[in-house]
Amino acid sequence: MYNYPDSGGHFGPYGGIYMAETLMPAVDELRRQYEHFRDDPEFKAEFAYELKHYVGRPSPIYHAKRLSEQFGGAQIYLKREDLNHTGAHKINNAIGQALLARRMGKKRVIAETGAGMHGVATATVAARFGMECVVYMGAEDVQRQAPNVFRMKLLGATVVPVESGSRTLKDACNEAIRDWVTNVETTFYIFGTAAGPHPYPMLVRDFQCVIGNEAKVQMPELIGRQPDAVIACVGGGSNAIGIFHPYIDVEGVRLIGVEAGGHGIASGQHAAPLTANAKVGVLHGNKVYLMQDENGQIVETHSISAGLDYPGVGPEHCLLKDLHRAEYVAIDDDEAIAAFDALCRFEGIIPALESSHALAHALKIAPGMGKDKALLVNLSGRGDKDMNTVARIKGITL
Amino acid sequence: MSRIQAVFEKLKAEQRKALIPFITAGDPDPQLTVPLLHALVEAGADVLELGVPFSDPMADGPTIQRASERALKHGVSLRSVLAMVAEFRQQDAKTPVVLMGYGNPIEAMGWEAFAQRAASVGVDGVLTVDFPPEESHEAFTHLEAHGLDPIFLLAPTTLDERIAEVAKLARGYVYYVSLKGVTGAGHLDLSAIEQKLPQLRRHIALPIGVGFGIRDAETARKVAELADAVVIGSRIVQEIEQSPRERVVDNVKQFVAGVRAALDKQ
Repeated sequence: MYNYPDSGGHFGPYGGIYMAETLMPAVDELRRQYEHFRDDPEFKAEFAYELKHYVGRPSPIYHAKRLSEQFGGAQIYLKREDLNHTGAHKINNAIGQALLARRMGKKRVIAETGAGMHGVATATVAARFGMECVVYMGAEDVQRQAPNVFRMKLLGATVVPVESGSRTLKDACNEAIRDWVTNVETTFYIFGTAAGPHPYPMLVRDFQCVIGNEAKVQMPELIGRQPDAVIACVGGGSNAIGIFHPYIDVEGVRLIGVEAGGHGIASGQHAAPLTANAKVGVLHGNKVYLMQDENGQIVETHSISAGLDYPGVGPEHCLLKDLHRAEYVAIDDDEAIAAFDALCRFEGIIPALESSHALAHALKIAPGMGKDKALLVNLSGRGDKDMNTVARIKGITL
Repeated sequence: MSRIQAVFEKLKAEQRKALIPFITAGDPDPQLTVPLLHALVEAGADVLELGVPFSDPMADGPTIQRASERALKHGVSLRSVLAMVAEFRQQDAKTPVVLMGYGNPIEAMGWEAFAQRAASVGVDGVLTVDFPPEESHEAFTHLEAHGLDPIFLLAPTTLDERIAEVAKLARGYVYYVSLKGVTGAGHLDLSAIEQKLPQLRRHIALPIGVGFGIRDAETARKVAELADAVVIGSRIVQEIEQSPRERVVDNVKQFVAGVRAALDKQ
C-alpha cells in the first residue's frame, strides 16, 4: 500500500524539512494545524463549498474528437482545469491554504509565482478573504507574463519583481522565503507547488487531488472505464500529483509526467531534472532531483514556459520515478508550441504553454496506439497569459 | 580538545569574549581571501567563519547575496574554499575556522569525502544553514567521525524542545540569530536577547554566540555583556564591497580592530 510521506515529510529518500532554524517553528506549526484541520468536517465542507461555488468545480472532461482524429490512434480526453476561476488548477491549492491561513489568524499572505497563475490565484483568494497579499516574481517572468502582473495588481496584490540570480521562479522562491523569515508571525506563505519543506508537498497534493478524484468518477461515466494513461506537465508538479495521486493504486493506468525539454535535453538548456537524471540535492526546503553543476551550485534552467522553468521538482515525483510507478519524459519548446497550435485550431481551446507540454506528449504517443485507447491529459491552465510569448515566437508584434 | 573549545576556555580564563567575524570565501576575489583571514586574526578575531558561496542563499540578505555572486563569478567552489583554508593553515595553526553555508555543495561532494578533506586541511566546524537537527543525523556522523564540530543556529522563534534537541547535537558553540529575518537586516533588540539567553543556557552548556544585526563596535560591546561571543558578518562584507580593492584588507582590519577594542573595554 502506497502511503507517503512519513511523519517527517519524507517520500522515501526525498522531501524532508531543510529549512533555516528561524522558519522551523513556523513550518512545524503549519504541519500541526494542517493535521488538525485536514480531517475536520467543517474545514472539509468549507473547502468543498468554495471549490464548487467560487472555483466552479467539478471541471469537465472533454473528448477532443477532432484532435484525436487528426492525429489518429488513441482518443484524447482533456481534464479542463483551464475552466476554473482564474484559469488554472492553482486556485484549488490557493483556496485550501487561504482557509488554513484564516484559521491560523494570519492576515498577510505571500506567494512566489513563475507564469503568474499561482500569483493570480493567491491574489484572488486574498481579495476574496480580505487579506494583504505580496507576490514575488522573477523580473524576467514579470516581462514575459505582463498580463498576469496586471491582473494581480487589479486584485489588490503588491507584485515584487526579483532581480537576483536567474530572475525566474527559483529566485522568486528565495525572496518569498526571505520575506517569510522576516515576517513569520504575521504571514502565511501560500506555496504554489507540491514541493518545499514538509508539510507543503503533502498539503498541496491533498488540495490538488480534487482533480484526480473527479477524473476517477468522470472517466467511467464517459467511456465506462479508467483511461490507459494520465498525462500531466511537471514543473514543481502540483497539477500532475493532483491528477496522479488518486490513480497510484489503480492498476493498468500509466502515469506520465512531462517536463520542459527547453532547447532539448542534450543542449543542457532545459528544466527536466527527472528526465535528465539530475543529481539529487537540497533546495527550497526539500531533497529532490535537482539541476546543478558538479559543485552543487544550482544552474539556470530554460523553458518557453515560465511555469515549468524550475531546476527542482516535487519530492513525490522523485519517489514515483524511482518506484517506476510514473514515467517522466521531456517535450521541447517547439513541440509544445506545435501542440498549442493544434489545440487552438482543432478544438477552439487555447491552452497554457505549460499544459501544451502534456498535450504534446499525448499527440506524440497517440498515433502508435489503437483507437480504442484513451489518454487523459490534464489541461492545467488556459493560454491567455501566453499571448505575448507566442506572438514573439511567431515574429508578431501585438 | 578541539581548537574551538581551546579558544573558548582560554577566553573564559581571561574573562574576555570571543569575536567571530564572517567573510565569504572568494569575495571580492579569491586572491584576497587568505590575506583577509590573516588580517582578521591580527585585528583580534578568535574564530573565523568562512562563507561557502551558494547560488541560492535563501537565509541571507542582499549584502551577503552579492558577496556570494561575486565569489561565484570567480568560479569559487567548495573545493577551492578548502584549498584556501589549507593555505591559511600554513601560517596559522591556532585560529579555528568554521565553514558556513548551505548544504547542497556538501551534498554534491558527499558528506564523507567533504568531512575527510575538511578535517585534513584544518577546518574546525561546519554550519549548514538549511540543515536543521531533523535532517542532520546522518550527515553529522561523518563530521564527528573526522573531529569536525557541527555548529547550529537557534532563533528567537525556537521553542524549548528544539533547543534541547540542538543541545544534543551541537559542538563547539551555538550561534543564536538575534533577530527574525535574513542576515544584515535591521537592528537587534538587546532586551529580547537578554530575555532569551537564560532560556538557551538552561539547555546549552556550550558557549553561545550572538549574531545578525550587529553593525557597530558599541552594539557588539553590549551584546558581549550578555553572550560568550559576537558574530559580525554583513557589516564586514559591506566594508569589503565598498572599499577599493587595494584598501579592502586594511579597511576590514581597521573595522574589526575597533570592535575588538570595544569588546575588551568592558
